[in-house]
Amino acid sequence: MTESDDILREFLVESTEGLDQLERDLLVLEQRPQDPERLASIFRCIHTIKGTSGFLALPRLESVAHVGENVLSRLRDGALRFNREVADTLLALVDALRRMLTAIEATGQEPADDWSHVTDRLSALNGQPKEAPAAPAEPAATESATDPSGHQVSETSIRVDVGLLDKLMTLVGELVLARNQVLQHVTAVESATFAATSQRLDLITTELQEGVMKTRMQPIGNVWSKLPRVVRDLAQACGKQVRLEMEGKDTELDKTLIEAIKDPLTHIVRNSVDHGIEAPAARTAAGKPAEGRLLLRAFHEGGQVIIEIVDDGAGIDPEKVRRVAIARGVVSETQAARMNERELTALLFAPGFSTAEKVTNVSGRGVGMDVVRTNIERIGGTIDLQSVPGSGTTLRIKIPLTLAIIPALVVTTAGDRYAIPQVSLLELVRLDGDQAAKGIEMIHGAPVYRLRGRLLPLVYLNRALGLPEQREAGDAVTVVVLRADDRQFGLVVDGVHDTEEIVVKPLGRGLKGLPVFAGATIMGDGRVSLILDVMGLAQASHVLSSGAREKALADEGFHREEGVSEQQTFLVVSAGPERRAAVPLSAVARLEQFNASEVESSGHRSVVQYRGRIMPLVDVPAWLGLTPTPMENLIHVVVYTRGAQSIGLVVSGIVDIVDQRVTVKDGAARRCTLGAAVIQGRVTDLLDLEALVRDAAPEWLDDKAEAA
Amino acid sequence: MTTQLEQRQFCSFFVDGLYFGVPVEQVQEVIRQQPMTRVPLASDVLGGLINLRGQIVTAVDLRRRLGLPARPAEQPPMNVVIRADDGAVSLLVDQIGDVVDADAEAWEDCPNTVQGNARELIAGAYKVADRLLLVLDTGRAIDPTSPDARAPGA
Repeated sequence: MTESDDILREFLVESTEGLDQLERDLLVLEQRPQDPERLASIFRCIHTIKGTSGFLALPRLESVAHVGENVLSRLRDGALRFNREVADTLLALVDALRRMLTAIEATGQEPADDWSHVTDRLSALNGQPKEAPAAPAEPAATESATDPSGHQVSETSIRVDVGLLDKLMTLVGELVLARNQVLQHVTAVESATFAATSQRLDLITTELQEGVMKTRMQPIGNVWSKLPRVVRDLAQACGKQVRLEMEGKDTELDKTLIEAIKDPLTHIVRNSVDHGIEAPAARTAAGKPAEGRLLLRAFHEGGQVIIEIVDDGAGIDPEKVRRVAIARGVVSETQAARMNERELTALLFAPGFSTAEKVTNVSGRGVGMDVVRTNIERIGGTIDLQSVPGSGTTLRIKIPLTLAIIPALVVTTAGDRYAIPQVSLLELVRLDGDQAAKGIEMIHGAPVYRLRGRLLPLVYLNRALGLPEQREAGDAVTVVVLRADDRQFGLVVDGVHDTEEIVVKPLGRGLKGLPVFAGATIMGDGRVSLILDVMGLAQASHVLSSGAREKALADEGFHREEGVSEQQTFLVVSAGPERRAAVPLSAVARLEQFNASEVESSGHRSVVQYRGRIMPLVDVPAWLGLTPTPMENLIHVVVYTRGAQSIGLVVSGIVDIVDQRVTVKDGAARRCTLGAAVIQGRVTDLLDLEALVRDAAPEWLDDKAEAA
Repeated sequence: MTTQLEQRQFCSFFVDGLYFGVPVEQVQEVIRQQPMTRVPLASDVLGGLINLRGQIVTAVDLRRRLGLPARPAEQPPMNVVIRADDGAVSLLVDQIGDVVDADAEAWEDCPNTVQGNARELIAGAYKVADRLLLVLDTGRAIDPTSPDARAPGA
């Protein structure tokens, strides 16, 4: 690398920073046109760029900057008044200079583009006659707070290459691991000095870790600083008035996270201005000030960073969401009809959804909120939306402070240790041998556990990983309750160790394709452990269907197309001595009892004569694959009627009629049932009547050739 | 295969009686058996993960990679750590030999009669003193995308 390369790089970095500051100053000037200090600062910046580019033999850059400088010097001297046109032109100048700098950075050469469209505009301003000094156009003191930001470059800071910081971070990671290893020996070695020394090591390491992490921290204001311009341009393009407010600019988070939230944040802000805040007329009509308010707020809470984007716009109309979601095929009409407002607003994050009625050049570009959500989840964050129709929307993003070192729960299965990131952990449930034998029920081979009345699908970690079983029949079972998206599932492990701070390391070649692992780490004893990817595990075990993301529907449960979730009335029947089944009471015409002698055969089917017709019978236990109902004495029949046709469901007994909200567990769905639910404390299959008709009376579906 | 010029140095090792060599400049270090963490669901060619002074290194079991019978349980493997583009990879071998010098004239390409996985992985052989030094194509040996290195059923 030659010296002039260094100088050029320095120039590029400084100029880019200078332009960022300049842009902020311009936006302030728009509010307070008579701020000599800002003007002077802008002038200095452009002047420096002009001077240095001349020195570095970048004539085009120099000439563009020169024209800009002329305008600025007239402004400074009071020969030209600052107004919107001037602001627009100067912002165009900033953009042009930025593009040139980027091109120089990429190629080392000045771009050969023609910049006359910018310089012409600037020159036109220069030719403009001086306006008569009228009364100040706007009260200058709307924001009286003095802004001491960034005008004197601090002499106590130095530039450090990010690569070096990354290296330091890795080294600290190593140190944390070494410390963990040393601490493990403390109990084994009986030496007071060793104990004291290692305690010191522990303290210093923790402080060093915090210190190094701080060097990577950047205030969120760095990302936000781009937003005033975005909001200004967008508001102007949409003909809206928006005031952007920021709270907690100094809230810091890891550089990589800052990078990662930049785009989602910009997208959300664009959305708020474009869709959230109404046009001035509509706002005035609604009794709100014509100028909309967009508030960005960032703060720390419980080891996480919270970013809120609050607007006082129209809010989200759940009915509109419902219509659009149906029109776009995000949900079916029946599903949408059952959803409450919260569930409906959550649909905004569903793939393929965008509420903009017309595609604008602003936010309707095919990137929906689902992408925003995916990006935020990728860095271990969550996003939540609350909206009050008519008075505004609040988006709340939660992200971790850092990704490099995370707390994790260490579990064992089949003799190996695995780390589970603590973010996904909800609770631990330990079942004694007896409880385990009784508490874990099976739905068609899928184990479930009833956790406070709700069915928790269980995943055996060793089976999911293809490892041998080491559990004995009577052994206690530990269930780690995890959250993946909005679902919960229980991971059955052999043992649970401590929680530990682990340093996440990527997996090497050949292992990246394994979705169940998020990475690896080195434990206190120096051995490598794999970090489980809870999402990947959930998908691999079919807790989450990998394709459709119905999760956005609700955290209350899952609605199947023909399924049931809201308050419904069910007829609960028994099918054999062990099983219970339910059908919606609305589907039941009558409950009848027949003598076994009344059952006749027609073809291969059992039928009875019922109200002058022949009614086919379906033996529910047999249909579910259980022992067929013995045809003796009285048989219980549930009559299911569709149109003029009826079908008789033979059951072992009628249990009850219950009126309750039922949460259907999708995992258990198979041919004969829509799923299972807990009714009256027992696992109950919900019969799929469609499938039953298909099996028992297929002629209903194609023609009306019912024997009459 | 390109014909090797001049004299080169090879780090030699044994795998199921076969005498292999890897150019010394590709070898980062040779270490004894390390505690290894198995990776469930991964190809069985991947012996596991080892901790190399804080760096997590994937170990490839050369016997499995070459389609040879498994190493007897009582015989601990040695690690030949290879420098690769994206970090180090360890080759699990039976035993380490000397560093040998080989003359370019002694080079022969791998005969076509060599079949199976070995055909892919053996670049050629040097005729040294009393035996053949098989030169391992390390790039292929540690490449997880090679057809026979994929996870079973993947």
